[in-house]
Amino acid sequence: MGFLDTLLGRSKPVQPKLDDLFGLPSAAIQLEAATGFKPTGSGSVSFRAPEGKPFADIQKEVLELLAMDDGKPGGGLPVEVTKDTYGYTWLVSNHMSDEMDALVTDLHAVNSALVDGGFGPQLLCTLVAFTDDSHRRLSLVYLYKRGTFYPFAPLSGNNRDNALELQVKGILGEDLRMEQDLTRWFPVWGAPGL
Amino acid sequence: MATQTRYAPDRGLTVRMTATMFLLGLVFVAFVALIIGIMTAAHASGASIILVALIFGGGSAFVSLFFSDKIALAAAGAREVSPKEAPELHGIVDRLCALADMDKPRVAIAPAMMPNAFATGRNSKNSVLCVTDGLLYHSGLTQEELEGVLAHELSHVAHKDVQVMTIASLLAIVAGLLVRFAFYSELFGGGRRGGNDGNAALLIPLIMLASAVVYAISFLLIRLLSRYRELAADRSGAMLTQNPSALISALTKVSQGMNRIPTQDLRAAEPLNAFYFAPAMKLSGGASLSAVFSTHPSLEKRIAQLSKIQRELGQPGADPRGIR
Repeated sequence: MGFLDTLLGRSKPVQPKLDDLFGLPSAAIQLEAATGFKPTGSGSVSFRAPEGKPFADIQKEVLELLAMDDGKPGGGLPVEVTKDTYGYTWLVSNHMSDEMDALVTDLHAVNSALVDGGFGPQLLCTLVAFTDDSHRRLSLVYLYKRGTFYPFAPLSGNNRDNALELQVKGILGEDLRMEQDLTRWFPVWGAPGL
Repeated sequence: MATQTRYAPDRGLTVRMTATMFLLGLVFVAFVALIIGIMTAAHASGASIILVALIFGGGSAFVSLFFSDKIALAAAGAREVSPKEAPELHGIVDRLCALADMDKPRVAIAPAMMPNAFATGRNSKNSVLCVTDGLLYHSGLTQEELEGVLAHELSHVAHKDVQVMTIASLLAIVAGLLVRFAFYSELFGGGRRGGNDGNAALLIPLIMLASAVVYAISFLLIRLLSRYRELAADRSGAMLTQNPSALISALTKVSQGMNRIPTQDLRAAEPLNAFYFAPAMKLSGGASLSAVFSTHPSLEKRIAQLSKIQRELGQPGADPRGIR
């Protein structure tokens, strides 16, 4: 916030950064080579649905857009919509585990539709899930407002596998812009698509 | 990339806030000019008093700015909580901070039964967000309403309201101290002055009068500014959650809760008022008078503003005035 905004008590809505998402497919390859974690094929976009009809209309459009290529090769399964306990809406897109490009395209389609409708500030994060042979779970979370990624590895009982997360940060540091401020690595327990 | 927003800034509020700050600055300049004038007209006796008041006033403002988080937490008897202890509260704050792209403040809980919340700290790195047990467990707020309250408090942090209000109060502190010092020096030092200096005899009462007037004016302006900052925080909070309705119902619930609580508890909480979500004490006296002295705008005003945002959210398409 600028000096004038502070003085006048204004805060401008923060616009999301979208382009870094396209680094995900190559990062996924890198991640699998280094740790054995493979994409599960599911990814989700989380946003804050504003009250009022205009947003409901946009959301409907987005769902129709994503439903169009269902069943075609690379089109993936239908998109699920869930609302979490914090009041955020999650659109979960499911693909085959080797269709990272198609998944990212889907996620980007959601983002662009929301941004074009003027709802960019409502985007919270996007999440792509990974798993390894011993069924450990890992996700890469993209923070729209910062344009950075961070890893989130949930264990049972609301614990996080910090060692794994820091390892992933080190591995992907070259491919993706990782969030350097660790206080921003907020947990997304029970996030849909995880 | 499309950088459009659906919301036009509230120009009326901006203009009123600017005018208030301009007036505060004007009073400040006039006060300094007056003091310099008095000091050149007479000699050292007045200057020392003014210097002492400036040092004391500046010092106390500095201390309250730097230790605002610790002072407020101690005054409220609050305890910082970790994400493990209060996962839901932290979860809400985490998400709001990610939406607004701001540093996460520390989170604390105060044991008071009165439903309330405050945020304080000199900058975003050193700020703390505190809620009372009453707000969390006994106010009957839903999660969305609680989120509205927290978004309001985070907006105070984002707007750096503690800094702005401390700097704005500096003048009133110095003027208030001057009144007191001048009064005491008149009381105890009056006899020692020589009779040949006619200016000096007039000097102290003059400083006292000027300071009293400046204090009164700046006090009212500061209260006015505080009310505008509250409206601005309501507005930003509602924009952040996109859910003004939840903030309206939270305000209504919390205000009703406050009326039910015994007065003694409320008075004990009064010094922290400026940073609270809703003021703890209802001023007695006429409605118009209490409106002038109040740190918070009336419930009706706050709800009216939020209803306006509600209507904006219901309008189809982007507001062309909002595109930057």
